[in-house]
Amino acid sequence: MTTTPAATDLTHLDAAELGRLLGAGEVSAVDVTRAHLDRIAADDGLLHAYLHVDGETALATAAAVDAARAAGDELGPLAGVPVALKDVVVTEGVPTTSGSRILEGWRPPYDATVAARLKAAGTVLLGKTNMDEFAMGSSTENSAYGVTRNPWDPERIPGGSSGGSSAAVAGHLAPWALGTDTGGSIRQPAALTGLVGHKPTYGSVSRYGLIAFSSSLDQAGPMARTVLDAAVLHEAIGGHDPRDSTSIPGQHPLLAEAARLGAGGDLTGVRIGVVRELGGEGHAEGYEPGVLARVAEALAVLEGLGAEVREVSCPSFDLALAAYYLIAPSEASSNLSRFDGVRFGLRVGDDGSRDLDEVMALTREQGFGAEVKRRIILGTYALSSGYYEAYYGQAQKVRTLIGRDFASAFGSGDGDGVDVLVSPTTPTVAFPLGARVDDPIAMYAADLCTLPASLAGTPAISVPCGLSDGLPVGFQIMAPTLADDRCYRVAAALEAAQDAARGHRLLDELAARRTTGGPA
Amino acid sequence: MGFHHSMSNLSREDVAHLARLARLAVTDEELDLFAGQLDVVLGAVARVGTAAVADVPPTTHAVPLTNVLRPDELTPSLPREAVLAGAPASEDDRFRVPRILGESA
Repeated sequence: MTTTPAATDLTHLDAAELGRLLGAGEVSAVDVTRAHLDRIAADDGLLHAYLHVDGETALATAAAVDAARAAGDELGPLAGVPVALKDVVVTEGVPTTSGSRILEGWRPPYDATVAARLKAAGTVLLGKTNMDEFAMGSSTENSAYGVTRNPWDPERIPGGSSGGSSAAVAGHLAPWALGTDTGGSIRQPAALTGLVGHKPTYGSVSRYGLIAFSSSLDQAGPMARTVLDAAVLHEAIGGHDPRDSTSIPGQHPLLAEAARLGAGGDLTGVRIGVVRELGGEGHAEGYEPGVLARVAEALAVLEGLGAEVREVSCPSFDLALAAYYLIAPSEASSNLSRFDGVRFGLRVGDDGSRDLDEVMALTREQGFGAEVKRRIILGTYALSSGYYEAYYGQAQKVRTLIGRDFASAFGSGDGDGVDVLVSPTTPTVAFPLGARVDDPIAMYAADLCTLPASLAGTPAISVPCGLSDGLPVGFQIMAPTLADDRCYRVAAALEAAQDAARGHRLLDELAARRTTGGPA
Repeated sequence: MGFHHSMSNLSREDVAHLARLARLAVTDEELDLFAGQLDVVLGAVARVGTAAVADVPPTTHAVPLTNVLRPDELTPSLPREAVLAGAPASEDDRFRVPRILGESA
């Protein structure tokens, strides 16, 4: 370690606490930024959480915040707090690849809305984080730029597709980060690294400037070390955006307030439904006993806080995986047609001897990795004449059934349903690097529990609920559309109760391992 | 379309045909690999066919919004040079593309 003890301390503070200390003038943005850059310099050689770090620009941004504060300017609560962005988020002038060779070296001419909002809030961009190419994957092994390692065990995956963000935040290389979630890509990596990760209600966070994978499913959201931090980051990026035609207008729920309410520990009257089809009786095949045990313990904790827990059946969830792996590849095959070697990124074979079609095909052959090609081909098949109804059309109808299962579980709001649904976030803890790369179906199974909320567009959070075999387990809380506040409230209650019972935070156990013998 | 086999049975030729449709110049090795893998994936996703959905409408979007319009006001576009800066090739303030017509045209 090259970092001084004082600098290390700054990387261990929550983002909300950093914001408070910065606002009170107790620390400078430059010191906070430098501490994280030092940590990146020391540890990212191993973890490879980042694809791009520009320390000079980050320090200049931080210095500008410090100067503005010294001049007495009115600054927001996040001014000077560093942040990392998944490389699917377009950033003006900052290299953005979406984990793909086809965009190597591209510097976008504009900012995504989420990036612009964080910039306007005065946050300091540390860098862009690694990811599965075009967010297609569950392990970050599909990145064209190499794998990212899990800080809990460098021989294991950090989850995916937002695995660079999860490794960066769990490894204290950033206080928090943005991920995107299409089928679980925020929640699953958060679960596997001991973080809080929330997929917002579809339409509640702008998709403008996210490189599209599956447009009816993609959502950006927060990844953080505490529920409160996740809520604060979510509020900073959320709300209506006229540049996204699927953005929901009007009032959005108050999230940090919900997290604070939950941390108070009283869940009296909150009705929790445990989804039988996600690891329950008769549906436990493929679920690790250690994962199910931690989830059962979390349920007991929530019951102890006054919540009413019952089992709920959502039979269509059994078909979520099949529907998702038709809908997402179909939309992807259409979205990725924009990578044609004409307007941005790579062009291959343009030597005067080939026509446009040939150059396009060569460019896409060399620019895309295997998983992206598989999904484009699968999506092209599912959308082709003669097969459309049997595959894509049928998947869209199953999507309706999944939405109905949620609606029936949540009821009409008159006490006939539950307030939230819960499940494990993932069937297993983080698996070893390479374990599933040659078996797409095994890889896809990592998303089993997160897919239903993706297809229904409902909000869902993953919050740590303990360790199994020394690795983090995630507890998923799903809520009705635009009731993201319920996710934060219940998650904060669980977090506060388990931290109190344990006497420390789960992530402190990772820090303890580091100080006794390096990462893991 | 001329796929060679019944549903959820994807041949090497089918994959080559689909790759052509998607403008992907796949290699022989990829064809071998993908045909086997995609056949397994198709078998798994074909499970959607088991759902009883005769009277169920499709969902295209989880949060349907219709007629989303912004105010009809002029707003600046990106500067042309900023957009062209990211292009693989440009000429006369435009994207330059490989030829799109045959030599005889």
